Amino acid sequence: MIAIGLESSANKVGVGIILHPDNGDTPQVLANVRHTYVAPPGEGFLPKDTARHHRYWVVKLVKKALQEARVSVKDVDCICYTKGPGMGAPLQSAAITARMLSLLWSKELVGVNHCVGHIEMGRAVTGALNPVVLYVSGGNTQVIAYSSQRYRIFGETLDMAVGNCLDRFARTLRISNDPAPGYNIEQLAKKGKRLVDLPYTVKGMDISMSGILAAIDSLAVSYGLDREAKEGEGDDVPTLDAEGNPNPTRADLCFSLQETVYSMLVEITERAMAHVGSKQVLIVGGVGCNERLQEMMGIMARDRGGSVFATDERYCIDNGIMIAQAGLLAYKAGFRTPLSESTCTQRFRTDDVFVGWRD
Amino acid sequence: MTTTTETYRPPPLPSLFATTTPPPTLLTQGAEAHLYKTVFLDASTPAALKIRPSKPYRHPILDRRLTRQRVLHEARCLVKLIREGVNVPAVLAMDWEGQNGESGQGGSWILMEWIDGAPVRVALERWEAWLAKNKGLAEQNTPQYQEGTTRVRDLLRRVGQTVGALHKAGVIHGDLTTSNLMLRPWKADAEVALEAGECPSVDGDIVLIDFGLAGQSASDEDRAVDLYVLERAFGSTHPRTEPLFPEVLQGYRESYKGAAGALKKLEEVRMRGRKRSMLG
Repeated sequence: MIAIGLESSANKVGVGIILHPDNGDTPQVLANVRHTYVAPPGEGFLPKDTARHHRYWVVKLVKKALQEARVSVKDVDCICYTKGPGMGAPLQSAAITARMLSLLWSKELVGVNHCVGHIEMGRAVTGALNPVVLYVSGGNTQVIAYSSQRYRIFGETLDMAVGNCLDRFARTLRISNDPAPGYNIEQLAKKGKRLVDLPYTVKGMDISMSGILAAIDSLAVSYGLDREAKEGEGDDVPTLDAEGNPNPTRADLCFSLQETVYSMLVEITERAMAHVGSKQVLIVGGVGCNERLQEMMGIMARDRGGSVFATDERYCIDNGIMIAQAGLLAYKAGFRTPLSESTCTQRFRTDDVFVGWRD
Repeated sequence: MTTTTETYRPPPLPSLFATTTPPPTLLTQGAEAHLYKTVFLDASTPAALKIRPSKPYRHPILDRRLTRQRVLHEARCLVKLIREGVNVPAVLAMDWEGQNGESGQGGSWILMEWIDGAPVRVALERWEAWLAKNKGLAEQNTPQYQEGTTRVRDLLRRVGQTVGALHKAGVIHGDLTTSNLMLRPWKADAEVALEAGECPSVDGDIVLIDFGLAGQSASDEDRAVDLYVLERAFGSTHPRTEPLFPEVLQGYRESYKGAAGALKKLEEVRMRGRKRSMLG
């Protein structure tokens, strides 16, 4: 069976085509194409501009995906699209495209929860059977474990997502958004050495990010770093204070932010593992690309006698193929989204989805 | 894609306990700490040893700060509660710096009084097992069934009173579950009575354990969240006993003056839960 997946919940628009061989072999990725809307430094992506970008690219991407996959329209069994959660205007691009294709090609629709898409693609790519899932991206931060046909949320952020916190700090430092603000923070953090004191806000199984962002933003302001780096000025060359001691650099701040925030993530993940007695961790979502986070998670898992699974940027960052994967699983389990209900929604919890395709 | 798998070995014991005979036995590995059973001063006095190993994934400065802060919090809460006469294990000894902490070994630890009992979870599971086995008694509302229900109601009231005493002393537990409430002493002979069709005994004092997430607070908000956590734990682990949960709140209400405020706040917390829809 073949499914086409359309994703546009944030600043990426992606189209993927997946094949589930009839003999039950592992799924094959036939095409996975994507285009990213990049906002100028110091700015986030605005819904209106992002949606315009997606509308411009989505048809081109569908054509490109069909070409790459070397399949014709009649081979496709169903059309999957992101129903939510996400930003309203961008979400509509994929939903409208899916509806249009459904009418044009006379194929059935499957609305997919974005978070479940990440989880299912992660499981398919890594082969992790029943992991505790850490889903970290620009819009979501959740620790998830599967139990009786639901992906249950064990811990989550009480305010903003981890990726959002990193992105906003990148804006404060006027770091480029290309290819991604988080990626550029990661590169800067590699040059950082000194750890500055930041709030550490784990509350039971949940975490809170807003106070950390406020604290590090005000540190950046007090050291005069809330502006573009000047020509010839190194990111890791400290200025000196009145007594001649070095101030923290941009690199030090990025380093400290990563160390603190990722420690919190690893801690709540470990707590969930201890609670459900699982030895596998799967990291998904855009922040999951971060190598330092993967490294810390690896050490934690090793000390618990377990293992960590992560994917690379093709699958970590929002993509169409994960929507096709989760959608096709649901389709095979008999799930359909009638045209009249093919809406999209900004709020759609992971545990609202009935996972009919797992035992 | 990365995968790491290595065989697991528990961290070495702090050097102070390396030569204890018999060697401490590992009971559980939680997310934060390893719990051992060992002895204190002489071989006949059992004690609980809770080690917080250093977390090698964390930056060493951050790790030392957190470990130190948490173990001190835990010990301060316990000491305060003992002074206030609340049933908790006494602190016998501790090391918050973690002797070998910097070499990545050991970690900080607390040595506590051994509580000779069983978790309330086990007592309730036994009661629920008895209920399941003797369905007929419940349906006919026999004296045995009534007797059993009265005993469980009384147990839940004692739970409420103990939590009340805790809050009265200005401490929040942070992780109230039926696994962290001990029943002392534990009557193993109740097993025998169970066979004979008698309802199981749930007599004994309630002792609170595991203050790893505890803190000092006297706000209604924090108290209500503490109660809410306990309520949810009842719902997920003891579905058959859950209808009796109001007994816990009744016991709590009678235990100290400020209880009414916390219970009122609890209604708000229930509505709120953690069920905020995510934006993404």
